Amino acid sequence: MPYVSLILGRVVKAVIVLLAILVFNFFLIHAAPGDPAAVMAGEAGATDQQFLEDLRERFGLDQSLPVQLWRYMSGVLQLDFGYSYRQQMPVLDLILDRLPATLLLTGAAFVISLAFGILAGTLAAMRAKRPSGSIIMGLSLLFYATPLYWVAMMAVLVFSVTLDWLPAYGYSTVGAGYTGLTHVGDVAVHLILPALTLGLFFMAVYTRMTRTSMLSVSQQDFVKTARAKGLAPGVIQRRHILRNALLPIITLAGLQAGQMVGGAVLTETVFAWPGIGRLMYEALMQRDYNLLLGIFFFCALLVILFNMLTDVIYRLADPRIKHSAA
Amino acid sequence: MTLLSSVTGRLTAAALAFAAPAVAQETPQPGGVANVAIQPEPPGLMLPLVQNAPTQRVAGNIFEGLLRYDADLKPMPQLATSWDISDDGLTYTFHLHPDVKWHDGEAFSAADVVFSADVFLRETNPRTRAILDHVDSIEAPDEKTVVFTLKQPFPAFIQAFEVGTLPMVPRHIYEGTDFYNNPANNHPIGTGPFEFAKWDRGSVIELDKNPDYYEAGKPYLDKIYWHVIPDAASRAAAYENGTLNVMPAGSVENFDIPRLSEMDNSCMTEAGNEYFNPFAMLWLNNREGPTADKRFRQAVMYAIDRDFAKNVLWNGLGKVPNGPFSSTLASHDDDLEPYPYDPDKAEALLDEMGYDGEPVRLLPLPYGETWTRWAEAVRQNLEDVGINIETESSDVAGWNQKISDWDYDIAFTYLFQYGDPSLGIARTYLSSNIAKGSPWNNVEGYENPQVDKLFADAAVENDPDQRQAMYDQVQQILHDDVPLAWIMELAQPTLYRCSVHDLITTGIGLNDGFKNAWIEQ
Repeated sequence: MPYVSLILGRVVKAVIVLLAILVFNFFLIHAAPGDPAAVMAGEAGATDQQFLEDLRERFGLDQSLPVQLWRYMSGVLQLDFGYSYRQQMPVLDLILDRLPATLLLTGAAFVISLAFGILAGTLAAMRAKRPSGSIIMGLSLLFYATPLYWVAMMAVLVFSVTLDWLPAYGYSTVGAGYTGLTHVGDVAVHLILPALTLGLFFMAVYTRMTRTSMLSVSQQDFVKTARAKGLAPGVIQRRHILRNALLPIITLAGLQAGQMVGGAVLTETVFAWPGIGRLMYEALMQRDYNLLLGIFFFCALLVILFNMLTDVIYRLADPRIKHSAA
Repeated sequence: MTLLSSVTGRLTAAALAFAAPAVAQETPQPGGVANVAIQPEPPGLMLPLVQNAPTQRVAGNIFEGLLRYDADLKPMPQLATSWDISDDGLTYTFHLHPDVKWHDGEAFSAADVVFSADVFLRETNPRTRAILDHVDSIEAPDEKTVVFTLKQPFPAFIQAFEVGTLPMVPRHIYEGTDFYNNPANNHPIGTGPFEFAKWDRGSVIELDKNPDYYEAGKPYLDKIYWHVIPDAASRAAAYENGTLNVMPAGSVENFDIPRLSEMDNSCMTEAGNEYFNPFAMLWLNNREGPTADKRFRQAVMYAIDRDFAKNVLWNGLGKVPNGPFSSTLASHDDDLEPYPYDPDKAEALLDEMGYDGEPVRLLPLPYGETWTRWAEAVRQNLEDVGINIETESSDVAGWNQKISDWDYDIAFTYLFQYGDPSLGIARTYLSSNIAKGSPWNNVEGYENPQVDKLFADAAVENDPDQRQAMYDQVQQILHDDVPLAWIMELAQPTLYRCSVHDLITTGIGLNDGFKNAWIEQ
């Protein structure tokens, strides 16, 4: 079974890469100036030597770096990611608590950008020489070039403050106490603006890529053959051109999917979405080493998983790849 | 339409119906919900353990101190209904309110006060620990009386009983436990007007009305929701569209304040700033480089256009200080002549000392857009008189580290005053307070035996006139020596919907809780 041995090999490599990433990140974040004790003392507005020493001792920061690394890594090997210094909660609990919100947001953005991007790209390719095609391309260039935070702020100003159609921020309505379907609907309404904002950039990328790819495939001989043999244009577009044009899209989708955990910091911040991206940014600012390393670990894990998944999808989309890889 | 927005919609309608003049002398109405911005998210709500600003703001509703302070910083009753200070200034006797219960139903007693001050806070809170160094013993002669006996007179002691400095801790929960890992830290138990209900991390902290609160009829509000919104512009939008009705100081960037306060049904107050009165300063490294020269430091004072910063960057809010003491302190010397904006004088002083263009590093405070712009303005002022400035930037942790390690030439900061020079001011000038590792002590490295003696003597001087004489003298010396540059007494503007009444009733401001606040229905 070539799949099994391929995947096994990848898993072994993945574990090594993950451990290497952890060690590298460990030294990287310890190289940043300031430590969590100093940050907490700074926030307290007053401090003395005893306070700092108490904190460092409680956090184990009074030990040498190699000892700290050894303690951390041996914990991780037993799937113990330690405690967040600042929030006094297990890192794993904090991450698992925030993960669903982020996956919902990035997942929705992923689906939106992929679906609408491919659709718009296909339309643009079919109407390449008509004004409607140019309009699609113009819009996609605009979305591609506009900074995310600006789109987010404008979306809030227009749809929440001025029109009052959609909530400005948050995951659900505070104090509403919705349950069941009403709750789902409430979350969905809150999801619209952040998911669209986050999805716009990749939607634009998919649109441009699909169009280019389809146009180049449509020049190839087998498409001419299909036309010559009198197939319906719709069938040619779908089965001959689009399917062959999809490979670069899959590559990019794999990259986007890999960013699902950590790639939404800005969107989560502007929309106060209670996800991992914000948790990561705050942990970085507060030098909450354990929490930060834990989040890095999950980000890396997801990137590796999606790379593997992308490889499998390649083979499904284009059976020729299997032979060359074996 | 959601429930929340329909509530706020009704509130807005109600507020419009009652035109402005009618609202002054209304009787409080029970009911209603406060929706308040909070940023950054507090790391925890166990106020006696965690002293950072957002924790104090939220948990000031859950916990209480023995006293509160009015806008003139005079003590007011809270958990203590009355108190006596002996004539020799050594014995402080507090009589506790008879009917106070913890949120779990246990009775609050003098033993809780002794445990909180003598055991818990001595271990966990460095600021309180320093104050309690003046205390010889804390005793509870009966259930409802506490006696603090001091080693020597320390008149500032009576300023130290607000909730952020001496919060009461439930002895029956914490005694004999590991304070930092007590499960109650995640569900704090206090005596305050509101109880902890729920915390969705990253989204909202929910406090419920304490139905058994010992002051009859209070609190008026049913709930307080603290909305965690990390982006300042998003917080402004949430206030604009009516989701939030209270915006504590610092919730929005300064340049948004005029716009938001001019909206319909939007009010703004600077009250509640008196106790903390954050004082913005430039640390000037007295140890080395050009800043070690007094003439250079004086030149900095002349070179900086402090009125410009106040009027342009802070929208005219705040106050340009005349010297090292902030104007809300009783011991402030009103006669001190402030340094005027005088670039020529600054240049003359620089010439006199023979400043040769040696680069001087400027470290801004990474607390948002206003502070960044302020650093740019100061840089320009200093460059105008010929000082060669190199701006360094960092995040908060890096800023902390540089200040604590004395690795700067000029650095922005601000410090709280805590109602008395011996609590908030002396710490920045006493040579005994020079120690690496803290950004809040004498980090500029100023050493003056005369100043040391004056501050030390004034702190323990029981006679108000003699104390004032010492403080006048110390202000004069510091004013001339310029150990650091005093650039602004910061305003703390609170924005709120005008239908919210009695939001701030003490000199401690929002940190004192929403006990008296009510919403016009």
